[in-house]
Amino acid sequence: MSDLLQHVLNGLAAGTIYALVALGYTMVYGVLKLINFAHGDVMMVGVYVGYASAKQMGRDTSSSFLGVTLVFLLSMAMCAALGFLIERFAYRPLRDKPKLTALITAIGMSFFLSYSFQLEASLGGLTVLPGAAPRAFPDVITSQVWLIIGDVVVSNKQVISVVVALALMGGLQFLVFRTRFGMAMRAVSFDHRTAGLMGIPVDRVIALTFMLGSALAAGAGILYAIKDTLVQPLMGVTVGLKAFVAAVIGGIGHVPGAVVGSLCLGLVEEFVVGYGGSTWRDAVAFGFLIAVLLFRPEGIFGRVTAEKV
Amino acid sequence: MGGVIRGLLPFAVAVPVLAALQVLTADAPFLVILSLTVGVNIVLAVSLNIVNGMTGQFSIGHAGFMAVGAYVGGVLSKVTSEYGISFLPEVVSDQVLFALSLVVGGAVAALFGFVVGLPSLRLKGDYLAIVTLGFGEIIRVVVQNTELFGKALGLSGVPARTTLFSCWLVVVVVVVVAKRIHDSSHGRALLAIREDEIAAEAMGVNTTAYKVRSFVVASFFAGVAGGVFAHYQSIVAPSSFTYVKSMEVVVMIVAGGLGSTTGAIVAAVFLTLLPEGLRSVLLAVTGDGALAQKVEQIRMPLYGLLLVVLMLLRPQGLFGTRELWDMGPFRKKRAPSPPSPLSSSASPGAAPEVVR
Repeated sequence: MSDLLQHVLNGLAAGTIYALVALGYTMVYGVLKLINFAHGDVMMVGVYVGYASAKQMGRDTSSSFLGVTLVFLLSMAMCAALGFLIERFAYRPLRDKPKLTALITAIGMSFFLSYSFQLEASLGGLTVLPGAAPRAFPDVITSQVWLIIGDVVVSNKQVISVVVALALMGGLQFLVFRTRFGMAMRAVSFDHRTAGLMGIPVDRVIALTFMLGSALAAGAGILYAIKDTLVQPLMGVTVGLKAFVAAVIGGIGHVPGAVVGSLCLGLVEEFVVGYGGSTWRDAVAFGFLIAVLLFRPEGIFGRVTAEKV
Repeated sequence: MGGVIRGLLPFAVAVPVLAALQVLTADAPFLVILSLTVGVNIVLAVSLNIVNGMTGQFSIGHAGFMAVGAYVGGVLSKVTSEYGISFLPEVVSDQVLFALSLVVGGAVAALFGFVVGLPSLRLKGDYLAIVTLGFGEIIRVVVQNTELFGKALGLSGVPARTTLFSCWLVVVVVVVVAKRIHDSSHGRALLAIREDEIAAEAMGVNTTAYKVRSFVVASFFAGVAGGVFAHYQSIVAPSSFTYVKSMEVVVMIVAGGLGSTTGAIVAAVFLTLLPEGLRSVLLAVTGDGALAQKVEQIRMPLYGLLLVVLMLLRPQGLFGTRELWDMGPFRKKRAPSPPSPLSSSASPGAAPEVVR
C-alpha cells in the first residue's frame, strides 16, 4: 500500500514537469494551430543555459535562494529570446503557406537545435556548443527528505517542483482568462484574421505567446534536470515528445487539459517503471498516445469541432 | 500484350546492365558498398515519397518499417542459412532464399504498415507525424527487449548476400512501381487526396482506404530496403533505425521535391554521396581521421537547417512534382502536372485565397 502511495507521489511530481512543457505546446497550438516540434529542444537549450549560469556562479552562490532564482530567470529569459527568434524567422514567414511547410520547418528546427548541441565548439575559451557527453546538473537544490509517512518519502525536490509548477500554471490561467493580453490570445486562437480586423496586433500576440511558452519550458527543464536527470542534447526530444503526448491526451489547445494529461502520463510511466518494465517506459508513452488518438482523438477535455471548408 | 512488353521493358534493360556492372565492379569492394548504401537510400526515399509526396500524408517513422524488414529478413536468413535448395547450385539457392527473406520481411513490414496506418491515417498532418514517429520508437523498444532479435546488441551473423545486382534490381522495381502507381487511376486518387482531401472525398474517393494502401506499399518497400541493408551489414543493431534515419529519408524527399520520384532519387544519391565523398576527401588530403569524423557529426544539424531553409526559400524542393520522364525528349502529350503540395498558394494564376 505504501509502495503504491510512493509511486503515485513520484508520478505526480514527474507529471507536473511534463505539464509545464505541455502548456507551451498547447498555447502555441492554440494561437497558431501548429505543433511546435522544436519546443522540447528549446527546453534543452534552457537547461544548458541554467547549467552554465549555475557553474559560473559557483556552488555557494548558486545554491542560495537568490542564486537559484537567478538561474531560473536567466534561462527563462534566454529561452524567451530563442522562442522569439524561432517564431520571427522560421514560422512567421510561413504563416499563410500550406500547413505542411510549417510542420516540416518545425521538425527541421528541432533537429537543428538538438544536433548542433551535440557538436563541441568553443570560441576564445568560451564553450559555445557543449558536445554530446551527458553532464550532471549542479546541485543547486540539495536533496532533503521533508516528510516521512509510514514508508512514503517526500523529498524537498518533489515538493518544490509541484509548488513551482502549480504556481506557474495558476499564473498562466490568470493570464489567459483575466487579462487583456489573454483576451487577445483567445481572440487570435479563435480566428486570427478576424482578430486582426478588430485591431488586435496578431503578430505581437503570437510572438509573445511563443516567448511565454519557451520561458515555461525553460523553467520546466531546470526542474526536470535538478531531479536526478543528466543534461544532454537529446533530452529535449524525449521530454518534448512526452509532453506533446500529454497535451494531446488532455485535448490540445486546452490549458487544464494539458495539466491533467501530464499527470496521467506521469502516473502511467511511474507505474510501468515501478512495476518492473523500465525498458518499456518510452514505448508505453507512445502506446498511450495511440490509444487516446484511436478512442478519443480530441483528448479528454477537447471538443469535436467541425472543420470549416 | 503491348502493355506487358512495355511493363517488362525497364527490367529487360536493367538486368543485363546491372549484371555487367556486377562483373565490372568485382574487384572494387569500396565502390560496391557505396553503391549499396545509395541503393538502400533510394528505395527508402522513393517509397516514402509515395506516402509523403503523392498522398500528402506526413510520415516520419519510415525507419521503423525498415527495422521490421531488416530483423525479420535477417532472422529468416540466419535460420535458413544451413539449408539449401537441393536441385539448385549453392549460389542460386542462396539468392532464392535471400529474395524470399526480403519478400517476407517486406510483407511483415507491410502488415505493420496496415496496423499502424488503419487507425492513424484517420488523423491529420501533425498528429499523423507524431504517431508514425512514436510507432518507430515503439518498434525500436520492442526489438531492444526481444531475445530473438539480440536485444540492444543487435542481430549478428546475418549471411552477406546482398550484391550490387540484387540491390539495384530492388531499386528498379521500386521506381517502376512508384511510376506506375503515379500514372494509374489509383495514383490520381492519391494526388486528389494530396491536393484537397475533402474535395476528393466528395468526388467519391474512399480517402482512408487509399491512404492506407499507399502506406502499406511504402512500408513494404521500406521493409525490403531493411532486408537489403541487413544482408550487407551482417549486423543489425537497433541504433541503425532511430529517428535520425527516418529524418534522413524525410530530408531527401523534401530536398528532391515532395511528390517527385526523380527528385527523391537525385536527392538520395546526392545526400548519400556528399558526406561519404567529403569524408574520403578529407581523410585523403589531411590524413586526419578525427576531422573526417566531424563530417558525420555536422551532417545532422545541417540536415535540420536544410529543411528550414528549403521551406523558407524553395518549398517545392529541387524538382517540385516534376519527373524526368515528363521533361524534354521523354515527354508525351499529357496534362500539365499539378502544383507541388508545398507551393499551391504560390502557383501563377491561382485564384486569390478566399478569406475564411
